[in-house]
Amino acid sequence: MRENLPALLVVVPLLLAPVAALVGRKAAWAVAAAACWWSLYASIALLQRVRAEGTISYEMGGWAPPYGIEYRIDLANIFVAIIVALIGAVTIPYARKSIAKEISDDRGALFYAAFILCLTGLLGIAVTGDVFNVFVFLEISSLSAYSMIALGEDRRALTAAFHYLIMGSVGASFIVIGIGLMYVMTGTLNMADLAVRLPEVADNRTIPVAFTFLTVGITLKLALFPLHLWLPNAYTYAPSAVTAFIASTATKVAVYLLLRFFFTVFGETFSFEVMELDRVLMPLSIVAILAMSLVAIYQANVKRLLAFSSVAQIGYMVLGISFGSVLGVTAGIIHLFNHALMKGALFMAMGCVMYSVGSVRIEKMAGLGKVMPWTMAAFVGGGLSLIGVPATVGFVSKWYLVQAALERGLWPVAGVVLIGSLMAAIYIWKVVEVAYFQSPDPDYEIREAPLSMLIPTWILVAASFYFGIDASLTASVATQAAETLIGGLP
Amino acid sequence: MDDRLILRIGTKFLIPFILIFALYVQFHGDYGPGGGFQAGVIFAAAFVLYALVFGLGNAIKVLPPRVSYICGALGVVIYVGVGYVSMVLGGEFLNYNVLAHDPAHGQHYGIIGVELGVLVTVFGVMVALFYAFAGRRRIDT
Repeated sequence: MRENLPALLVVVPLLLAPVAALVGRKAAWAVAAAACWWSLYASIALLQRVRAEGTISYEMGGWAPPYGIEYRIDLANIFVAIIVALIGAVTIPYARKSIAKEISDDRGALFYAAFILCLTGLLGIAVTGDVFNVFVFLEISSLSAYSMIALGEDRRALTAAFHYLIMGSVGASFIVIGIGLMYVMTGTLNMADLAVRLPEVADNRTIPVAFTFLTVGITLKLALFPLHLWLPNAYTYAPSAVTAFIASTATKVAVYLLLRFFFTVFGETFSFEVMELDRVLMPLSIVAILAMSLVAIYQANVKRLLAFSSVAQIGYMVLGISFGSVLGVTAGIIHLFNHALMKGALFMAMGCVMYSVGSVRIEKMAGLGKVMPWTMAAFVGGGLSLIGVPATVGFVSKWYLVQAALERGLWPVAGVVLIGSLMAAIYIWKVVEVAYFQSPDPDYEIREAPLSMLIPTWILVAASFYFGIDASLTASVATQAAETLIGGLP
Repeated sequence: MDDRLILRIGTKFLIPFILIFALYVQFHGDYGPGGGFQAGVIFAAAFVLYALVFGLGNAIKVLPPRVSYICGALGVVIYVGVGYVSMVLGGEFLNYNVLAHDPAHGQHYGIIGVELGVLVTVFGVMVALFYAFAGRRRIDT
């Protein structure tokens, strides 16, 4: 089993997904929980092996790379796999009550099957070393995500899912066009092999075209401004547990793909000196931070507010990447993890509100600080992180980002990061003000959300404080991951 | 439908051949053109033809929607199951060499097994899609 662990990380959930579809709703939840907890265990075991023994290479089907599919696990991608597995493992106990309330019973089993498939796809993207395999797993995760979003209570979930389907498919076809063009020029699909062969043909016009298709396709998947239009509705109308899971994982995995293609496959010389990627990514991410934070301030639906805030936060990650330096990429990777924790916590808190109140519109939240103290305290905790108050993970991310900006001598960019924090303070305060400083509607009873939903929420809140106070683990892994990516393959 | 004798008799003649042809495509998939996907589509086409000529009600009696739903999930289990068998026998995931004493035979069995999984899933999903569009209402699974 030890030798096969890289494959088992992905294929145990893959086997459990159809099993979940075949058993009843209650059993399907148990199957999904098994899949999530297994992948958390397997990814942590793999992290320890990578730290002890270096990069792991696994030959799928016994075919040696570059001919066969290779699973290549280094610090960068096992870190991403852990984020996915961790969020999955925390979301699944939360999902049981939340999903039972928001999705009709006859669809429960299919929902959990889709949930496991989405997990499989995201883990697969993270660990594979084959670009076509990336595309296959991307489709697995995206298609299951569309169907999960479409299961939302609100009828608008259907149009949101359809919109996401169209945009996501455009992104996926751009990615596969890019992969096809690279394959035409080099005859290989293995990432490590592509990294060796691409420089030989880099003068050919095809390679910049492939690069462009891949960049646009992936930035569509990760919702970088102005390709983010699918995201707000999808996050707003999806079932609460789905929003918490997808918001913390799907866009993060797409950011990882961006890193992998820019730094490992094409190399930072080609990406940043020949293609001058930073000239495109930096302005777009700055606009994302400022414009989307501004839009978030004016939202009346708190899930929608958080969705726009997510687009702004993705701006921070891409901003870090656009510096093209070890420090910048470290900041991007740390923010991947940190944002997964805090946005997961915030969306889960909103799920608790949805469970008890039945709406997440801001005016319905009057006085919730008194009637749902634990939920709203979790929201404040996550919100502090989003603002970047010291002793939270948000502060750690922003510290690294500002450092990376100053290293390049970009004072105005460091200023943008700080202005973004102030704007986050405004939109979080809007919710806090209504929840704590207005009196609750005495006409109807609202009770605190069940413990099975509060505990996962608080695990994420606690983690966002823990890793904010002691960032040595995340920072060291992220720095090593950034060095692996930029230094090329070991 | 009773007056369309040629259509009914013709369909009854055709369906066994369509099913046999699907299996031909399946078992020759490893050496010639074909494979599980095409075989699954052809296999499903036989049931679609039956439903078109004899009506959806009769088709549901022959192949309940629940069965097509189970097939859709079962095929994935077969596919992944082949991978697990090869891991239990000491190879990597989906390494067919270890499935028989002779690696060439192992590859042969492995491909057939995997393609069988594809066939079952594609067949189940195709029929389920047809039912969903033809029924215009929820068919309980």
